[in-house]
Amino acid sequence: MYAVEVERLTKIYGKGETTVTAIADATLRVKPGELVAILGPSGSGKTTLLTSIGLINEPTHGRVIIDDTTVADEGWLPGLDLKRIRREKLGFIFQAHNLIPFLTAQENVMVALEINNLTRNNAKVRATELLNSLNLGHRLGSYPSVLSGGEAQRVAIARALANRPKVILADEPTAALDTENGKNVMNLLKKLAVENRSAILVVTHDHRMVEGFDRIFHVSDGRITNEKQRVEAGGTHGLG
Amino acid sequence: MNLALRDIRYHRGRFILTAIGLGLLIGVVISMGGIYRGLFADALAVFDSTKADIWVVQQETNGPFAENSRIPEDIKYRIQAVPGVAEASPLSFQTIQIERLGKPFRFFLIGYDPNGFGGPPEIIAGRNIRQKHYEMVVAEAMGKELGEKIHLGLNDYTVVGITGKVVSSGGDPAAYVSLADAQEIQFKKDNNAIRNDRERIAANLAGLQTLSPTQSKFLQQNITGITESTHTVNTIVARLAPGADLREVQERISRWNHFRPISAEEQTRILTKGMIEKARMQLGLFRLILLVISAVIISLIIYTSTIDKIKVIATLKLIGAQNRVIIGMILQQSLLMGVIAYAIGYVLILLTYEKFPRRIVLEAFDLQALFVIVIAICTISSFVGIRKALKVEPAEALGG
Ligand SMILES: Nc1ncnc2c1ncn2[C@@H]1O[C@H](COP(=O)(O)OP(=O)(O)O)[C@@H](O)[C@H]1O
Ligand SMILES: [Mg+2]
Repeated sequence: MYAVEVERLTKIYGKGETTVTAIADATLRVKPGELVAILGPSGSGKTTLLTSIGLINEPTHGRVIIDDTTVADEGWLPGLDLKRIRREKLGFIFQAHNLIPFLTAQENVMVALEINNLTRNNAKVRATELLNSLNLGHRLGSYPSVLSGGEAQRVAIARALANRPKVILADEPTAALDTENGKNVMNLLKKLAVENRSAILVVTHDHRMVEGFDRIFHVSDGRITNEKQRVEAGGTHGLG
Repeated sequence: MNLALRDIRYHRGRFILTAIGLGLLIGVVISMGGIYRGLFADALAVFDSTKADIWVVQQETNGPFAENSRIPEDIKYRIQAVPGVAEASPLSFQTIQIERLGKPFRFFLIGYDPNGFGGPPEIIAGRNIRQKHYEMVVAEAMGKELGEKIHLGLNDYTVVGITGKVVSSGGDPAAYVSLADAQEIQFKKDNNAIRNDRERIAANLAGLQTLSPTQSKFLQQNITGITESTHTVNTIVARLAPGADLREVQERISRWNHFRPISAEEQTRILTKGMIEKARMQLGLFRLILLVISAVIISLIIYTSTIDKIKVIATLKLIGAQNRVIIGMILQQSLLMGVIAYAIGYVLILLTYEKFPRRIVLEAFDLQALFVIVIAICTISSFVGIRKALKVEPAEALGG
């Protein structure tokens, strides 16, 4: 039913006197094909929420369910292969594109497929397809250092999509881009949510970037303060 | 996809430079080993080429290589007569320094009996000595041509043959002349000294009032003979007859005063233990230090290259890469570095070792052992990087 369920999630960093409660009692549910934004100022706990869902950060309390599998309930569930769930069900997009500098655009996508046991040839075919569909057909052999910011972020998106994940987690994917490229990336994510039936959670502090999202969770001081249903969908082409 | 190779491909300039640097270091280690072996080969060169079972030398000496030994040449007849001895032959050794192209040049002159043994082990050009006088066979390293003449003492000697890599235990190239020539070069070159000796002894004798004139005259004649005697050699080498007992023969010779029969085994020990022990230890220690340095450098290279890749490793972990992918990347790179550096060092030495001033002996065992050591160093060194890599949190991929 849900791609992601988070129930009363709390994350406390540190121990003893110097603890920071980065996320407190957060509850949210995202369906396949839904595009949601997590909006809030810097330091409000957005990244913590995202990485807790992404099996990178162990939640202190509460439950996380990915694609009907409970992964955390008062801490990780024992016996889980977190890496495997990450590579099979999750796709990550970051602020900095995080491409591997010594791999070409094509290889950066292929590596995600090959660690998921795709043969080299199949990986190559799929990577090429993906990059073509993101208008990067002419950049297959280029190294990240020669790609523009927008191109690099699209390669990163291709890598996140490679294994057809149920959930895509994007942390400030437009922060390093100019407004136009930022809008393009957001539009691309919207399109992918619909086409791939993935749940897409996008963290951002820039409210101008979230138009057309299905829902918006406002976060401040570690709490989800407000959940907005889609009110306006200002078209898929950036109206400033 | 092989991440190790991709990384190397991308950073090939840096990789190649590092491999060359490491290769040079490994080359030095290989050459050290070769010099170490060469030291043995040099020390044993004359000994080996003589193929004698017994070296008869002056008593209480470790001659003829480690210490000076002088014995009369005609002892060879007595040794030949010992039961169990198949043949005996006299040898004389001397180091000679000549002027060549304005620089001092040293070589090791071996006098041997052309009818006996102990001569050049092989002739690679020209022929062996055939005449009793004024012919010479030289080692390749002398850099002499066939037909060239070398002036020694009072005469010119013609190079009639070239032999292989025979050197003194100090590494000086060897030259062979007939024993008669060698004695002449050794003893007759200083006529004035002999005349002085003779006169000094005669004067002493003349002062002895107790001698009758006849006795005095007889003695004087003999003294001329003694002081002019050039029939001294450094050793007499002997070969045993098949089935002869070494101990028995040694004992028989020992029973005569003034001579010590050194077995081949003892001679080897004198040459390798006593004479080159310090040089050997020095080289061994140097080699060990170089290996330790290589190990430290390889560890550092791998560690820094892992640190450079922290973000890559974190990203790989984040997208779910298995540990073996990450370990493989570091280990393969490390091994590849080792193999390539080894190959560079090996080829370098292979191309240059003949041009070294001292002999370098490359033994398959040494080369294989070093290869194994290099691989072991690379493997162990990469543990440092792998440990670091396994501790990297996927969360480190986030943020700037
Ligand atoms: N690894 C950590 N250890 C301790 N405190 C942390 C850690 N990561 C984040 N925090 C703290 O948690 C709070 C929320 O951080 P974060 O989730 O990164 O917020 P945002 O992404 O909204 O900027 C901040 O006060 C931050 O200092
Ligand atoms: Mg953040």
